[in-house]
Amino acid sequence: MSNSLDPLLTAEGWAAEGRAVAIATVMETWGSAPRPVGSHLVIDGEGNFEGSVSGGCVEGAVITEALEVLQGGQPKMLDFGVADETAWRVGLSCGGRIRVYVERLG
Amino acid sequence: MDLASLRRLNAARSARRAAVLVTDIAGGRSEVLEEGDTLPPHLADAVRAAFLSGKSGLVETEKGSLFLNVHLPPPRIVAIGAVHITQALARLAGVVGFDLTIIDPRTAFATAERFEGVDLVADWPEDVLSERPLDSYTALAAVTHDPKIDDFALAEALRRGCFYVGALGSRKTHAKRVERLVAMGLTTNEIARIRAPIGLDIGASSPQEIALAILAEIVEAFRRRSLSGADA
Repeated sequence: MSNSLDPLLTAEGWAAEGRAVAIATVMETWGSAPRPVGSHLVIDGEGNFEGSVSGGCVEGAVITEALEVLQGGQPKMLDFGVADETAWRVGLSCGGRIRVYVERLG
Repeated sequence: MDLASLRRLNAARSARRAAVLVTDIAGGRSEVLEEGDTLPPHLADAVRAAFLSGKSGLVETEKGSLFLNVHLPPPRIVAIGAVHITQALARLAGVVGFDLTIIDPRTAFATAERFEGVDLVADWPEDVLSERPLDSYTALAAVTHDPKIDDFALAEALRRGCFYVGALGSRKTHAKRVERLVAMGLTTNEIARIRAPIGLDIGASSPQEIALAILAEIVEAFRRRSLSGADA
């Protein structure tokens, strides 16, 4: 686990530097989802991020939501999938559905 | 997630201890439970199942909807013998994503030149494994052919519950090995866990092919173990 690309180690390091940190976690998947349940994307208050919750399809949308969670403090559950027009636009084109939980660290 | 939980989780992961992060979806509170901890009654069955299967997911409990994120230590390989087979294994293991340590007290074999960039320890398994113990997330492959070097490591791997234990040698060689391990106090049930002859039967001939057969057998042992855990 010496990997500098480990999102949870990155989050701990960012917090130690006093940066605001949001953690996004894949909590459910249906069909063909690129990243398994439990995968993390961590985001700081500047929009820097590490990790992934999809194959790059919905990360942009998750980062935008994460910045709001950092402002407001309340966790959010986000749904992305083929049934959802917005999700199509942000492009989970693999045909799966995922639920992503976004929370503030601390 | 609170910072204390994140720190505890990362510490458990660094120390190769299995841990579950429990998040209360409604309230946002989180808690870390490690393998061996006393488990809260409403969660005990779900957490035990998660440790066995390695599968994360949402569970409904009397205290609401909880997300269990399981972190099992990444599986690693310890190979006894700095030989031609493990030179190839060192290359293949990295590609598949296993950390590898090679132990061999014979300094003529265990040279940095032959094993560039490999975690190589030129010392007796007795000494190395007391400082760096085997665990249930480790595969042990003993390939020196020399009982003085292999036997202790094999016995230790069985005692520590390594998810894979393999030993190089013909059936005849293995029969003698079984006798020695019985004399060392291991039961026939324990000894039966040793995969010998080592490696999936793909007709491997060269050292490189044998390394591939061993690695494939290790992957099978790990993946099948996780499936059988899910059924339990």
